[in-house]
This record gives sequence, structure tokens and C-alpha cells, in this order.
Amino acid sequence: MGLSWMAWTWPTAAFFIFIGLCIATLGVWEYFRPGGDPRRGVFMIDTTRGDRLFISLLGSAFIFLAWLGLVNSTLYWPLVIVVLWTLFVFRYV
Amino acid sequence: MNKTVNQKAWFLVLPVLLLVAFNALIPLMTVVNYSVQETFGDNNFFWAGVLWFEEVLRSERFHSSLGRQLFFTFSILLIEIPLGVAIALAMPRKGVWVSVCLVLMAMPLLIPWNVVGAMWNIFALPEIGLLGNTLNALGIDYNFTRQPVAAWVTLIAMDVWHWTSLVVLLAYAGLVSIPDAYYQAAKIDGASSWAIFRFIQLPKMKRVLTIAILLRFMDSFNIYTEPFVLTGGGPGNSTTLLSIDLVKIALGQFDLGPAAAMSLIYFLIILLLSWIFYTLMMRNEDQ
Repeated sequence: MGLSWMAWTWPTAAFFIFIGLCIATLGVWEYFRPGGDPRRGVFMIDTTRGDRLFISLLGSAFIFLAWLGLVNSTLYWPLVIVVLWTLFVFRYV
Repeated sequence: MNKTVNQKAWFLVLPVLLLVAFNALIPLMTVVNYSVQETFGDNNFFWAGVLWFEEVLRSERFHSSLGRQLFFTFSILLIEIPLGVAIALAMPRKGVWVSVCLVLMAMPLLIPWNVVGAMWNIFALPEIGLLGNTLNALGIDYNFTRQPVAAWVTLIAMDVWHWTSLVVLLAYAGLVSIPDAYYQAAKIDGASSWAIFRFIQLPKMKRVLTIAILLRFMDSFNIYTEPFVLTGGGPGNSTTLLSIDLVKIALGQFDLGPAAAMSLIYFLIILLLSWIFYTLMMRNEDQ
């Protein structure tokens, strides 16, 4: 059975590889330098590194959706916002 | 820091992981692939980029369905959670009536969703249904097949009838797990019924109520069968919830690209709201 029914494209494959790599990196990072107990940041919620990755990815998805729904322009700008958002989440949340 | 000593236990999770991969991840990946392409059938796909996302996010139809979905979900949560807790509080804790009550409460949950829809459809029909006919005989103009308000009332009543039991059973489980010592201490302090509920029962039920709210939120946000059988999304589009609209686009119009984009947006909304609910409730519990 082939995988043609899944209609793979390079951009979507790259997207999933990126997500997989993020999770794998987190696993390796945790193995060599354990993150320890959850910490409480600016949102006043307890988060581990895994939680912060989840918040980053979920927030990124909504940043892109908001851009697509409200702004009609290139996707590089939301990409910049997403990078800043991720840095903010990992540093302060 | 507490570190798990036996990491081999993770291998026990492997079968579940594989199962989830097959029944959830692969379909989800396929939906992501479809959402950026156009197809005219015969397994031919053409790159469309983010076009479908833009189209869905800016469409009046999607906004209306989402609005109706949010209204439905928050309405049933506002009714089912307090009602479920009230019924659980009124249920006996000891004696033969416990089993009777539990069986009665469990019954609506055992009925398949399409049967519930069909049952309520017949029950509410203005000419022959017990509910519809009675209301009309009482002088109330009620016809859920042509009045949007009547359709909404029937839809919400049906969901409350079907799912309040779940909240009742969960809240009841939380209530019976409270040790008698708490009640004895409250009695010594001369606490009122309200004080016992507010400071003993409600905090002790918090965890099960979190589960109840999350389950009801996710279920009601995904609901399809019952409203489809009851009203079919009508009259007009007045009860067309997100899932009904999604099926219309995907299977009725066979617009797989827009349907896939809409599915992903739908999925992300559920994920976000579930996470917010869960985080807020867990934070309150910690405090």
C-alpha cells in the first residue's frame, strides 16, 4: 500500500519533521540537563520545558491564523513574531 | 528533584503510542496535507498554500457556525454543571436507593447518540410528539422544524437530558469520597449547609468537576450526530454547528481543502480552550 492517499508535500513533511525534532531535542536536553521541577513565570502557571514547548507551538499556530485572517501580507512577519513569542515563552513563562 | 529510576517502564507505553499514531496522528497528518492542496478527485493534488486558511478564516459562514457552536457549548455547560452538582447533592449516600439512583442516572448515557436524536425528534414533533403536542395544546406555539428558537431550546434540552448524568455521576463520586470526619468537624463548628457545600464539598469535587467540564466541553464542541438527527442544522442554518458545517463542506460539496483547513482551525480552538480550562482549574487547585 502506497502513501499517495496521504497527499504528502515537502512543506508539510518539513513541518512535521520540525515538530518531531523539537520534541526529540527537548528529550535529549532533558536527559543531559534535567529541567527540574516546574517553575512559575509571568502567566502565574507552573510549567515544565515540555509545557513551554506546547505553549509556544499553540501560540505560534494562533499567531499565524490571526495573521491569515486579519492581515493580507507576507508570512515572514508572523514568523518573526513567532520566534519572539517562543523566546519569550521559554525565558519568562 | 525526583527522578524516575526505572526508565524501562516507558516501553510499556509503546503499544499505546503506536495505536495513537495509527488512529490519530496519521489522519491528522493527512488533514494537514489536504489543507494546503486542492483536489479534483482521482488522487490528484495541486498546491494551494494557505489559500484555504485565508478563505475559511474570512468567511461569514465559518464565523456564524463558530458563534453558534460557542453559544451551544457555553449554554449546556452553564446548565449541566450546576444541575449535575445539585442532583448529586440530592442523591442518597446510603441504602438501597443509591443503586436505583445510579442506574437511573446511567441510563441516558447508555443510549446511542443517533437514537437520542431520533427519540427527541419524535418526542418534540408538534403533531404527534408528546412534548410538541402537549406544548401546543397548552397554547404555546411550538414547532422546532420551523422556529429557530424552538429548535435551539429542543437541542439544548436534548443535550441536557443526555449528558447531565455524566456530571451527576462524576460529582457523586467526588462527594462520596469525602470522609465523614469533615462533616463531623463542620457540625461541631455549627456550619450551615451552604458553608459545608462551599468549603468542604465544592473543593473536594474540584478535580472531578474539572474532568466533567473538560469532557463536556470537548464533547459538546465536537457534537454532530444528535443535532444532525434532530434538526439537520435547520430551520435554515439556525442550528448548523461547526461539525455539521464541516461535514457539509467535506462530504456534501466535496471541498476537501477548505474542509481540512476548517478541521485544523476547529481542532486548534478545542485544544486552546481545553488547555485554558485545565490550566485555570489546576492553578486554582494548587492555590
